[in-house]
Amino acid sequence: MPSTEFTDPDVPPPTDSTESTGSPTAPTRRTFIATTTAVGGAVVAGGFIAGSDFINADDAEAGEAAPSSRVSLTVNGTRRTVTVDNRTSLLDLLREHLDLTGSKKGCNAGACGACTVLVDGRRVNSCLTLAVRLEGAEVTTIEGLAKGDELHPLQQAFIDEDAFQCGYCTPGQIVSGVGCINEGHTGSAEEIREFMSGNICRCGCYVKIVRAVEQTAGRK
Amino acid sequence: MSPQPQAAVGAPLSRVDGRLKVTGQAKYAAEHDIKGAVHAVIVDASIGRGRITSIDAGDAEKHPGVLRVIHHRNAPKLPYRDNPGSNNPPGGRRLRVFQDDKVLFHGQPVAVVVATTLEAAQHGASLVQVEYDAEQSSTDLAEAEPGEPTNYARGDAQAGLRDAAVRLDLTYQLARNHHNPMEPHATLARWDGNKLTVWDKTQWVMGTHDELAAVFDLPADAVRVINPFVGGGFGSGLRCWPHTTVAALAARETKRPVKLVLSRRQMYFGTGFRPAYAYRLRLGSDRRGRLTAAIHGIDAETSSYETFTEAIMGAGQMTYSMPNVSQAYRQVPLDVNTPIWMRGPGFATASFAIESAMDELAHKLGIDPIELRRRNEPDEDESSNLPFSTRRLRECYTVGAREFGWHRRSSRPRSRREGDWLIGMGMAASVYDPGRFPAEARARLDADGTAVVETATSDMGPGTYTSQTQVAADALGLTMRTVTFRLGDSLYPQTGPHGGSATMASVGSAVVDACDKVRRQAVKLAVEDRDSPLYGVDAGDVVVRGGRLHVKGNPARGETYQRLLARNDRSHLEARGSYAGPPTPARRSYHAYGAAFAEVAVDATLGLVRVRRMLGVYDAGRIISPKLADSQAIGGIVGGIGGALLEHTVTDHRDGRIVNANLADYLVPVNADVPEVRAIYLDGEDNDGNELGVKGLGEVVQVGVAAALANAVFNATGRRVRELPITAEALL
Repeated sequence: MPSTEFTDPDVPPPTDSTESTGSPTAPTRRTFIATTTAVGGAVVAGGFIAGSDFINADDAEAGEAAPSSRVSLTVNGTRRTVTVDNRTSLLDLLREHLDLTGSKKGCNAGACGACTVLVDGRRVNSCLTLAVRLEGAEVTTIEGLAKGDELHPLQQAFIDEDAFQCGYCTPGQIVSGVGCINEGHTGSAEEIREFMSGNICRCGCYVKIVRAVEQTAGRK
Repeated sequence: MSPQPQAAVGAPLSRVDGRLKVTGQAKYAAEHDIKGAVHAVIVDASIGRGRITSIDAGDAEKHPGVLRVIHHRNAPKLPYRDNPGSNNPPGGRRLRVFQDDKVLFHGQPVAVVVATTLEAAQHGASLVQVEYDAEQSSTDLAEAEPGEPTNYARGDAQAGLRDAAVRLDLTYQLARNHHNPMEPHATLARWDGNKLTVWDKTQWVMGTHDELAAVFDLPADAVRVINPFVGGGFGSGLRCWPHTTVAALAARETKRPVKLVLSRRQMYFGTGFRPAYAYRLRLGSDRRGRLTAAIHGIDAETSSYETFTEAIMGAGQMTYSMPNVSQAYRQVPLDVNTPIWMRGPGFATASFAIESAMDELAHKLGIDPIELRRRNEPDEDESSNLPFSTRRLRECYTVGAREFGWHRRSSRPRSRREGDWLIGMGMAASVYDPGRFPAEARARLDADGTAVVETATSDMGPGTYTSQTQVAADALGLTMRTVTFRLGDSLYPQTGPHGGSATMASVGSAVVDACDKVRRQAVKLAVEDRDSPLYGVDAGDVVVRGGRLHVKGNPARGETYQRLLARNDRSHLEARGSYAGPPTPARRSYHAYGAAFAEVAVDATLGLVRVRRMLGVYDAGRIISPKLADSQAIGGIVGGIGGALLEHTVTDHRDGRIVNANLADYLVPVNADVPEVRAIYLDGEDNDGNELGVKGLGEVVQVGVAAALANAVFNATGRRVRELPITAEALL
């Protein structure tokens, strides 16, 4: 029987291992641009100086760059120095420039919580946070919760309780849940529901999200 | 049923893609790292109807980073071939992006700005100056002229109603709802010469594939659509929307890969919605509650350029036994974009009217609502005169009543009070007509004892990856770990859309067929191989478990796939499987059923409705993946809570603008809105037309929820609300 030519998808199929998609902390094309071009870059306050200074070298095509700033922040334990367009949100910095697409854009208006990250330990909507404000800040995203192959207990609890379906709100829910537990707002299911209500799950997994947070808080 | 031992099917397994999702590694449409991708942002029309008189893109083009602004004055003419067999409504004429100066609805794309950064594209879009010659738009369902009706009749409904001992004449209003999946619709488009690849948020990669081939007049093999993860859909991804064409067009014009993500606001007019309805129901019965006649007058929103229809008439024809039924379903063309099916399409809407009316009738007659439904349970499907494949609605009532504590409900409204809160219970029946469509799959068993199965289906969240791996693993006799299931690529074997509760019956059947064929090839190889311990055994007596073939009932006699393939010098075995669709003509009426139960508390002075607990009991055939099915049912109930109490797309009829096109003003359930929710699936299977015995469960779980809540609100307050969503204003 002739062999069917099996396609080689551009995207790996899901597996139990994160190896197939690369370690979250491994340098990628985007991080390479972001981290290397920033070296020696001056704060650009209006005029364009040199193509290589900018976070996105493509902008050279436009002839003039938008006002930008240099900012140093720590993302998931790694120090990053980047020059960003002043209009860039933390969420867009993560997703479009640092290849950290785990934080999701659901509404870009602070209403859904899909973009939740921890900034200096507090939950924030990264879509409403300008990246240039974050000089010296420590940012933790969903990609920074696991220790190597060992999932954060709340990540494991989400799997065990089936606290998600499509998965799009999940990173925000989990980061928010970590914040909720750290804040101590887990005294009852009712309190968890209240303090997890900034994160919309359209698949409707709330009952199980509460269970996952409750269990993880109980283990602490 | 397969002769194979069922180890994975029916087991409460966790998701196979769970780790990818909880670590943020699952890649959704806009997240694929495509080299050189630039950003596109759509400029939408700010009038409800009229013509574009001028477009000044000068300031936008001068903005740093902006590469191009494309609009009807400079866009190339696109072929827009017909695309029969797609989810484009038959008749009408689909929206053609940037092909003329006409504006058909508020928010229609009128230009796209392409820039090197997202910030530049967003800012650039705000700088495009568009002037219009505006006309008065028509967006009010109650004011506009309906089209010609689609009719159904049996018996003489007018006479039946006239002669009925008890008559009700009720009109229900249902607001427009938007799917609002958490992942906004997005397209990444890349041209390689004349070949187009898109990473697109869709529930049907083949549908997007066919539409792009039609719009750009490309041969089928010049388009590839990839989408391994879908961040929710609920129907919004069942059709290829204009922005996907915009992204592909922008990529072609700029010769760069283009990423286009709709904003949340743009999701309200850039993709479809569950249309608003006005549903008049006249119901007649005898004194004992036996229904004698029903007349349904159903008006629904559609767009001015396409006629959208859905299965709104089915529930009124076959849920209850009655001799006389007439229905008239009219579409009302408005200056809006075209609707699309949303979870439980048709049935969820119709059930609000029918199940609320049944509750009213029960109250009027002084009969328990469950008892009234039992008295009207049909012996056959009276719309087709076919026997039911399975229909266990009575059992759903019994189990639900017991588990929910229905006996604690007082039949007298407004008789239970806890402080400021009035407490009430309600229930409703759920029915859905699940889809089934032809599907194909491909399975390959490798010499290392692992297998790969591929189909072009999707997983918008129900867990296709997991449940299909379960059926494949059992059919192949492999463990879950050794089977990889791939989906979301138009190069894989074709399937129909991932929707209508059709995926397991359709795709699952094709997967089982492909895997059965591979397993049988291996068995044949073994029983004909003199060196195999299975040599000479009847092929029908060989089963495979954990990758090892052995004689049924004698596990000691056998060998592994690996040994068999290695000894026979085979690198792999493979096969294509298929599912032909349901038997035609239908021999049985095949539907999923359920009963929804709700308890609410209503603040006596503020009118605030709080859900206290909900239960769904389902007759959905065999449950392949119980853990995931439970999540799906709970999610469907939560979706129903949204439609019942919160969701309402509000249009300003002066200019057709949606005024709450965001997640702060279009309310969806949040965690605090959802306390205890429970789901029970009755054990069983339904083998009408699929060997897996499934019925599909993604839709039925949302049907009936709104009526159960409305009935509970009545029981709590004595106020009958016939308009969705049920707001505090209606109860004050």
